[in-house]
Amino acid sequence: MADGMSKTVHIGCGAGFMGDRFDASLPILKSMETRDGPKYLMFEVLAERTLAVAQNLKRDDPSKGHSPYLDHYIRPALAEAKRLGVTIVSNMGAANPIGAAQRVLEIADELGVEGVRVATVIGDDLTEILPVEEIAAMPTIEGIGFEGRPIVAANAYLGARPVANAVATGADVVLVGRTTDSALALGPLIHEFGWGADDWDRLAHGTVTGHLLECGGQITGCYFADPGFKDVPGLSRAGFPIAECRADGTFTITKPEDTGGLVNRQTVTEQLLYEMHDPSAYLVPDVVLDCSDLQATETGPNRVEITGAKGHAAPDTLKCTVSVDGGWLGEAFMTYSGPNALARADLAGEIVRDRLAERGMNEPVRIETLGTLATLDGGDASRRAARHLPTDGEYTIRVATQSVDRARAQMVVDELMMLYCSGPAAGGGNRGSVTSQIATASILVPRDWVEPHVKIEVHG
Amino acid sequence: MSALLHLPLHAIAHGRAGDKGDTSNVSVIAYRAEAWPHLLEQVTAERALDTFAHLGATKCRRFELPNLHALNFVIENALQGGVNATLGLDRHGKTLSYLLLGDLMVDVPRDAVPDGSPYLME
Repeated sequence: MADGMSKTVHIGCGAGFMGDRFDASLPILKSMETRDGPKYLMFEVLAERTLAVAQNLKRDDPSKGHSPYLDHYIRPALAEAKRLGVTIVSNMGAANPIGAAQRVLEIADELGVEGVRVATVIGDDLTEILPVEEIAAMPTIEGIGFEGRPIVAANAYLGARPVANAVATGADVVLVGRTTDSALALGPLIHEFGWGADDWDRLAHGTVTGHLLECGGQITGCYFADPGFKDVPGLSRAGFPIAECRADGTFTITKPEDTGGLVNRQTVTEQLLYEMHDPSAYLVPDVVLDCSDLQATETGPNRVEITGAKGHAAPDTLKCTVSVDGGWLGEAFMTYSGPNALARADLAGEIVRDRLAERGMNEPVRIETLGTLATLDGGDASRRAARHLPTDGEYTIRVATQSVDRARAQMVVDELMMLYCSGPAAGGGNRGSVTSQIATASILVPRDWVEPHVKIEVHG
Repeated sequence: MSALLHLPLHAIAHGRAGDKGDTSNVSVIAYRAEAWPHLLEQVTAERALDTFAHLGATKCRRFELPNLHALNFVIENALQGGVNATLGLDRHGKTLSYLLLGDLMVDVPRDAVPDGSPYLME
């Protein structure tokens, strides 16, 4: 095990959300060429709602239901990853990991990349384990009910063990559906270092590794810059993160050479606390992470070493996201510029409000004027009034409603367009859309309801 | 002893907002170690809740990470229903870190503010 104790495992993250930069993996792969040790490239592209949309696609066509962006990420990276021995690990499987594997094999054929093997993890789909009526009846963490709305998807967050087992097959690409995002990094680390189920402190470090990587550039200066206060060089060509991980769990976050962006204590701390509640009790299926004594030390330019994570025994339950039909969101915009723009925008809002009322709109309608700090005021008129905004300038009126009836959501869009000829002077740039919505809530289920159903297969 | 500077939290700290359901979490991280005791003393859970009260926030917990000079605020019912239900433009409350950084005022000595800060040039 001398090799196992001294080796460094390199994990890059090429995407932090569906729609992230398609080419961010290329500098990571270039950097991997110079690195010794096991190498991984993760792509995290699966939001809660994305999975529900994918379920609907799969229902219509059983070959679909994997990430619609699979081609965008796999096609540029596959040949080079295979050549360099970099294992790709991703939740692009979404509602259909096996369909995703077939698509990856097709891409390999199209590119002439030979010998590609893809491992899949399935078993997170709760609707294949429990009757939907039973799922609908379970109490939600948020304390909200589903009000009889049809369940679109219900998926358990699997942990890192199945990912580790899939990596152990020696596949070139590992595709999962719903796991914790951090499992895409913790899985390979469990496999490489042989961490046991009660190696709590090491599992805790591996969870931090995944948590810091899972949003891609959010730890390398993206979604961070505040000019004059937090300046980031070369944001348009920011390097995405690479973690250099050791057998004791500690690791260094860095980024590829010759890229823009920034890795320092500030970028690391912002990402550490992103979507975290109690830092002493961050629950994932593999461990309860305690960051109370965590240290982030700058050890060189764009290098931050992480130590001091603690772990406690894993929870007995798994979190599941339940998605139901959320009706339709109608929203539309019109912009007013120049002298007296604020008064004209506000008048447009009054016209729309009155007309929607006359047309019998019963659904709640939000009318806000962008440019007035509307996102921070949340509709509180007294805050805006206290601000003495300039009446000259550029202001955009936004109107939104949500309805189970698509036609009623459309009414908002129609009324904003009508402002072109029937509103205040010189409205421009009208946009509007009606989009279907997914509502989600979380439930907890005993892990032994789910884990016996988890299956790993190798394709190709 | 020079006079204290009366500045927005933005002058001495940075942060990011995240969402889970109708709960927002906002990190507040000191730029300089010298600012940390002032964050602990002045940026309380009560004051953070006050800053979010107009949005309907009902409860705020504060967590402290002294090694990182960071606070984490977990603010319940801060997102007007959250991404499922709100009709607001920013459904995830991504902009709300700057509500806390901009609206909450602090009184701090000069050395709590980073050198070259635009706030020192005004």
